[in-house]
Amino acid sequence: MTAMTTLHSSGELPLKTERDIVLGRQTVRRLSQEQGFSLVDQTKIVTAASELARNALIYGGGGVLIWEVLLDGIKRGLRLTFKDEGPGIPNLELALTDGWTSGHGLGLGLSGARRLVNEFELDSAVGQGTRVTVTRWK
Amino acid sequence: MDRIPILRMGEFLLVTIQVDMHDELAMRLQDDLTNAIQTKGAKGVLIDISAMEMVDSFIGRMIADISGMAQILDAKTVLVGMQPAVAITLVELGLTLPGVATALNVDRGMQLLRRSMDDGDDDASFQR
Ligand SMILES: Nc1ncnc2c1ncn2[C@@H]1O[C@H](COP(=O)(O)OP(=O)(O)OP(=O)(O)O)[C@@H](O)[C@H]1O
Ligand SMILES: [Mg+2]
Repeated sequence: MTAMTTLHSSGELPLKTERDIVLGRQTVRRLSQEQGFSLVDQTKIVTAASELARNALIYGGGGVLIWEVLLDGIKRGLRLTFKDEGPGIPNLELALTDGWTSGHGLGLGLSGARRLVNEFELDSAVGQGTRVTVTRWK
Repeated sequence: MDRIPILRMGEFLLVTIQVDMHDELAMRLQDDLTNAIQTKGAKGVLIDISAMEMVDSFIGRMIADISGMAQILDAKTVLVGMQPAVAITLVELGLTLPGVATALNVDRGMQLLRRSMDDGDDDASFQR
């Protein structure tokens, strides 16, 4: 975040059930529409949100989604933080590898979400939890 | 419980995915479709996703799984109506759907299925 970036608005949603993932997607869609994102950019951030929300639910045992609308000069952005207090990720590099999954997934959620946004930050501590923050600028 | 209807269209089955799917619904669809292919002896499955505003790795895996199961039961799967923004996003996500044919709309999808049946089982248009 540069010194010029200001917070316009923010909110928090639970990620405890499958329904919460759907609600999270709908919220991200609405927020990105309100910021005037193009249809393609809306679809990218919504898809990234869906991946990260599902990870927080499935692997993290549930968590929260914090959304922030950012203003930076004439730029508008949407920042999403997915936080859980699950088992954490022992090997970040491996987890970010295309096609690597510890379960039955395609192993594309983290690596794919990273490609779909402008900024991507992954923090995780074994036994403590995982936090993924993504930002997409208009 | 919610269910996604499976329509019969001649020798094919048509599934229109319209709702913002949650995982349970997706799993149930997979089961229902497998049963329908078996009981109705369908030779092809059309999955219409024109109303879907987003396809993530979960939905992608479901489509790939359906297609894989259909193949074992000797039926082919065509994904129809993918929105351009969804297609662009899928490429960036890194999701490829090997063995799944795509068509612009349901009509084109049916044409594709019919042609592949006329040509026999090893139709090249079903390879990517
Ligand atoms: N919040 C999390 N907490 C703990 N482990 C996680 C978390 N998110 C991801 N992981 C680990 O990282 C791996 C890779 O995640 P990624 O989302 O890329 O793939 P996936 O969920 O396995 O499959 P896909 O998302 O393609 O369906 C997961 O299999 C899991 O082991
Ligand atoms: Mg995942």
